[in-house]
Amino acid sequence: MLKVKGLNVFYGAIHALHDISIEVNEGEIVTLIGANGAGKTSTLRAISGLVAPKSGEITYNGTSLSGVPAYNLVNMGIAHVPEGRRIFANLTVMENLELGAFNRKDKDGIKRDFDMVFDKFPRLKERTWQQAGTLSGGEQQMLATARALMSRPKMILMDEPSMGLAPLLVREIFTIIQEINKTGTTVLLVEQNAHMALSIAHNAYVLETGKIVLSGSADDLLHDEAVRNAYLGEC
Amino acid sequence: MSLIQQLINGLAQGSVYALIAVGYTMVYGIIRLINFAHADIYMMGAFIGYFAVTVFHVPFLPALLLAMIGCAILGMTIEKIAYKPLRKSPRIVLLITAMAMSLILEHGMATVVVGPNPRPFPELFKINIIHLGPVQINNVQIINLSVAIILVLILQYIVYKTKTGKAMRATSYDMEAAQLMGININNIVSITFAIGSSLAGAAGVLVGMMYPRIDPYMGMMPGLKAFIAAVLGGIGVLPGAMFGGILIGLCETFTKAYLSTKLSDAIVFSLLIIILIFKPAGLLGKPTREKV
Ligand SMILES: Nc1ncnc2c1ncn2[C@@H]1O[C@H](COP(=O)(O)OP(=O)(O)O)[C@@H](O)[C@H]1O
Ligand SMILES: [Mg+2]
Repeated sequence: MLKVKGLNVFYGAIHALHDISIEVNEGEIVTLIGANGAGKTSTLRAISGLVAPKSGEITYNGTSLSGVPAYNLVNMGIAHVPEGRRIFANLTVMENLELGAFNRKDKDGIKRDFDMVFDKFPRLKERTWQQAGTLSGGEQQMLATARALMSRPKMILMDEPSMGLAPLLVREIFTIIQEINKTGTTVLLVEQNAHMALSIAHNAYVLETGKIVLSGSADDLLHDEAVRNAYLGEC
Repeated sequence: MSLIQQLINGLAQGSVYALIAVGYTMVYGIIRLINFAHADIYMMGAFIGYFAVTVFHVPFLPALLLAMIGCAILGMTIEKIAYKPLRKSPRIVLLITAMAMSLILEHGMATVVVGPNPRPFPELFKINIIHLGPVQINNVQIINLSVAIILVLILQYIVYKTKTGKAMRATSYDMEAAQLMGININNIVSITFAIGSSLAGAAGVLVGMMYPRIDPYMGMMPGLKAFIAAVLGGIGVLPGAMFGGILIGLCETFTKAYLSTKLSDAIVFSLLIIILIFKPAGLLGKPTREKV
């Protein structure tokens, strides 16, 4: 579904991504794990068109994404839940969700999706008129996820949804990611929390200082000696 | 003159500043640029109104609309050709470009189009002074205040009640996240320039009616004061610009009436400095929320 081939990203003189190649098949959860600064966010931003890669090829269902402006991706079925959630703090919860469906015209479908996200995230339903900036971190992550779902994506890119959340909430978010995937949405999940990510993913890539150093089925990586030592501590 | 009289004069003056200040604050809110050319768009509005009336002999409302539409197009064009290519450049480059656009408009008008001399703005309404006890208010003041209020209400409606307004607020808060929602930010930036410029254009016509001498440099002082109004209210905060505009208008009128005509500008500028010492983000501004 999504193919990244030989991707190189520079920030000025900093060579942030070296020849990254990843592949995400329809229906999968693929995770990209790595330490802080490894280049996970840069990879997602390059896919979304938020940074222009120096070289490399990104194709989505066979169509090249190079030169496609970031604001067209959601129309192609790709939603991006960015690092740090990036909800619109000055807008209400409801307005945030409406923006998720910004380019949709199917009123009935939108209505059904509102019911769907409120069903998944009942806490958001109680807070529709609240300013999004007043939500707790966990609620903001839920809002960012719900907002992405409002575009009815075929594929969702998630950048460290567990960041800064208590373990209980992390588990909740990951359960929701699994649910989202089960209803047919392909997921590309970026995480530092390798254990949680590997435990729900089908396939995984390990990123180290801008290079892919390992890849394989999530299950294999979860039991791989090197991965266990480097990313999983003693768990 | 009575206090109420000064209040009315101050409101009439302040509403003009508010209309200009809104454009400064909206553009700053969305691309973090102090658009120095904005004051000259206001001047262009006055001249479009002038030509609409003197050449095409249209009455007030069509002249106002023409000035607004003309300025909207001008504002969007300047953004497209001068600012958009620099969106990823350092902010100082953008700022200098804005100053250049300002100079081009002023000197272009003064040397090529209309010449440097002031021209009398045609009288659109017979000035009619209405006496209400000790207070006198003329019909032009009433018209100006009403137009300003109507325009501000329309603006509020667009920004807070429409889908485009929602996209504008989202883009202003976080341009990248807005793109991830599928918002074409190029369109939103254009619309922002169009709205801000059209309000400045309207202000140009209103001022032409109040102080009927217009010239290519007429934007400098009101532009500066409207900019101060925007900063005073909290740059990037829409209600702040309106509030700041009214405050500056009142302040100016009152200092002129009760303290000194000569010093009134100095007093207004001092007020800005004092307020910013105590509230650096402006009166209605939130403490800085720089994005990472
Ligand atoms: N806007 C930027 N400007 C300069 N360097 C950046 C920028 N964004 C990221 N980097 C650098 O690129 C590398 C990868 O960063 P990032 O993709 O954010 O990693 P991760 O998401 O895995 O933590 C880091 O060395 C980081 O410092
Ligand atoms: Mg990151």
